[in-house]
Amino acid sequence: MTGLGRIGRLMLIGVPFVWLTLFFLLPLLIVVKISLAESSIGIPPYTPLFATDGGGLKLHATLANFALIAGDDLYLRAYLGSLGNAALTTAFCLVIGYPVAHAIARSQGARRQLLLFLVVLPFWTSFLIRVYAWIAILEPNGLLNQSLMALGLIAAPLPLLNNQFSVQLGLVYSYLPFMILPLYGSLSGLDQSLVEAAADLGARPLRIFLGVILPLTLPGIAAGSLLVLIPAIGEFVIPDLLGGPDTLMIGKVLWDEFFNNRDWPVAAAVAVVLVAALAIPVLAAQRFLEREHAA
Amino acid sequence: MIRARTVGWLGLAALTLGFGFLYAPIVLLVLYSFNASRLVTVWGGFSPRWYGALLHNEAFGAAALTSLEVAAMSATLSLVLGAFAGFSMARFARFPGRLVFGFALLAPLVVPEVILGLSLLLLFVMCQNWFGWPGRGMLTITIAHATFGVCFVSVLVRSQLAGFDRALEEAALDLGARPWTVLMRITLPGISPALVSGWLLAFTLSLDDLVIASFVTGPSATTLPMAVFSRVRLGVSPEVNALATLFLAFVFMLVALAGWLMARAERRRRIT
Amino acid sequence: MALLEIAGASKRFSAKTAVDEVSLSVERGAFFALLGPSGCGKTTLLRMIAGFERPDSGRVVIDGADVTGLPPYARPVNMMFQSYALFPHMDVAANIAFGLRQERMDRRHIAARVEEMLALVQMEDYARRRPHELSGGQRQRVALARALARMPKLLLLDEPLAALDRKLRAATRLELIRIQERVGITFLVVTHDQEEALSMATCVGIMDRGRLMQTGAPAEIYERPASRFVAGFVGEVNLFEGELTAGFNCLALAVTGLHEPIPLPSGTGLPEGTAAALAVRPEKLVLSHAPLVGFAIAATVSSIGYLGGGSIIHLATPQGWVLKAYLPGTAAGSLGRGTPVWATWPPQEGVVLTQ
Repeated sequence: MTGLGRIGRLMLIGVPFVWLTLFFLLPLLIVVKISLAESSIGIPPYTPLFATDGGGLKLHATLANFALIAGDDLYLRAYLGSLGNAALTTAFCLVIGYPVAHAIARSQGARRQLLLFLVVLPFWTSFLIRVYAWIAILEPNGLLNQSLMALGLIAAPLPLLNNQFSVQLGLVYSYLPFMILPLYGSLSGLDQSLVEAAADLGARPLRIFLGVILPLTLPGIAAGSLLVLIPAIGEFVIPDLLGGPDTLMIGKVLWDEFFNNRDWPVAAAVAVVLVAALAIPVLAAQRFLEREHAA
Repeated sequence: MIRARTVGWLGLAALTLGFGFLYAPIVLLVLYSFNASRLVTVWGGFSPRWYGALLHNEAFGAAALTSLEVAAMSATLSLVLGAFAGFSMARFARFPGRLVFGFALLAPLVVPEVILGLSLLLLFVMCQNWFGWPGRGMLTITIAHATFGVCFVSVLVRSQLAGFDRALEEAALDLGARPWTVLMRITLPGISPALVSGWLLAFTLSLDDLVIASFVTGPSATTLPMAVFSRVRLGVSPEVNALATLFLAFVFMLVALAGWLMARAERRRRIT
Repeated sequence: MALLEIAGASKRFSAKTAVDEVSLSVERGAFFALLGPSGCGKTTLLRMIAGFERPDSGRVVIDGADVTGLPPYARPVNMMFQSYALFPHMDVAANIAFGLRQERMDRRHIAARVEEMLALVQMEDYARRRPHELSGGQRQRVALARALARMPKLLLLDEPLAALDRKLRAATRLELIRIQERVGITFLVVTHDQEEALSMATCVGIMDRGRLMQTGAPAEIYERPASRFVAGFVGEVNLFEGELTAGFNCLALAVTGLHEPIPLPSGTGLPEGTAAALAVRPEKLVLSHAPLVGFAIAATVSSIGYLGGGSIIHLATPQGWVLKAYLPGTAAGSLGRGTPVWATWPPQEGVVLTQ
């Protein structure tokens, strides 16, 4: 930009940078700091990191919280449970989302715009409400059970709610648009003449799909998977509303540690481990995006 | 580009099943908001009584007002900050800290909300400890929402700027406009679709947020999602159905408006 | 004093030198064309004049004032962009008025000037239209009107005819000349199309790889090219490489493969033994069915391309060359593929090149 001036440039970069440092990066550091503290009665319910102790400054850091997490297999199970659920969700979203994205990419003009709008619309409506809607459908007196019983297919209501099934259903339902959109992006940019060339050279539809279409849409698959997997791991609302006592997801564990047990340092430690585990795919995603932008 | 072709029966099936899955719960909600009977399974006839009950529900009313105020303020804040950020990333190829900045603009989009909420709450608690300010409530929720709103807006602004024809700015400079004038009269109008949809996106996200608001709020501020959540934990409620339908209608109008505005701007820009 | 003086301008982009010590001057009221293949640096030079690029060295002087350090909005120069760059959110009148608003002209004067410009480009009825509602040719006229509105001392045009189809191009060429004569502003056009340059300009500058190779009137460039590059770039040419030697009663060019040296135009004041080339334009070639007295080259017709007003004839020679000849009208009628001919030309019509 010819000559917005050094001050202009400084402000353009600086203002949001300062904001994000203050309200995103700094808080994350604070989480780390508190994960090293001890729980205590009072406000705030944790010990300070530095304290004057007669002579000089003393560092009151402890790794006890991390030891607690490592020792109690509840947390490990919660992490693995979250990862498993998120991975399953990603797989389902991929399987359901791919044909839908493909069909949209094949549509023309106004119809395609309408379909895209319809995919995005649920994303804009309340997440909470959409998850809540499933309760009405899945509960023992809910729509699904009542319909199945009315049709005579089952005698007693199925346990469709407050278990792994409903959580998985809720996750897939909520994250499906996040998978469809990147897939659509990749598919709509696909050069149809490549498909036609493959057909011309004698390849059958399945071969064409596996050998041409799938590899070329890998960026879309990667982007969609990332957009689903990472947030799904830390998901709280769905396990809380649709899950049961045996539903163990790390977002819920964190919430419970914080609000119910009032153990802030442990909650912070749980968060630190979670962020550390997630940092790698996030950095990978950023490198990926930078390359896309540069290309 | 995929050339125009018929969708085929497999594609049609995929579309029907996919969209059916996406919209079935929503449609059912809307239907049952007009159900005279309280029970989901019994259809008691068409009745708008729950809308009446909703309008008299003061708790929901206050929460809705709070949510709207917070959403409007945080969306505006997100817009300004996000526009700055998107502009910086799109136009300044190198500056110290660009990597960190880029990371900070992307990470909140994927970091789980519980962590965002937790970290911000800890920050506010620490601030309160040291400075005695701020009291947690609408202000802290607004700050929290603006923080993740910035990321969304910056993505939109950045990608729209990437496709923006620099020749328009050069033409303006050539015709005697100073850089500030070029920015105000040429560049910003040129990226207006991103600005409008950015504001609307930040607004909707703020309106919809439950987890982060729950963490950073104070005793005085209850947002609509928080009110709904505590109600919904007790089970299905027809008033919530009515609320949901109203909300859907509201968002639908907002999105349709945004879509119309953007289509209009696109038609103008499309000089092929 | 020339309106535009460029002295020793250079510009490098990392490893590549885009503009290499270019010096040129454009007279007031001239229609100057900067011609060259893509990548020759003409667009960079144009942007340096407009102010979008800062030269690494050298100066740009407009009407006596050194503008080298000035930003685009401070120069008495306006540009018509190749993509037109019309502001999509403003109508035609607002586009044209934009530059005038920056001058802080008062409203009534602006309105009057906009009217004037619209009349100049014959777009009076389109004042309220938006750019996306206009055709390519109409957009171009608006872009021109917008660039002229401020009455700049110098108007730059970046490939003005590139986006137009053939017929429109010819009509627009005449339009541009007409408008330039009307407003009397100095025009500088950048183009890669030599037909465009030669037919519109009063003075042409040829660029190649960052260097200015030759400037002059179109006829001079064509008839008296100063280098092999110019001879080959502008129009078709037959080029013979050889060494200067003594001929019958003049200097001649000894070329490997020819028994006799080619007679050179009188007045060629170069020493014998100098390596040089001779450029002969196709229309200078005289063809005959019978051998001629004096210098001639034997050849066979390999192809005839009828162009409507004449024909381009390609001749294959035993030495392996392909000569190009041009015959007007239907004179080529007597020739067919494989016809043996003898080609010659008056020595004065050749041009000796040492560069």
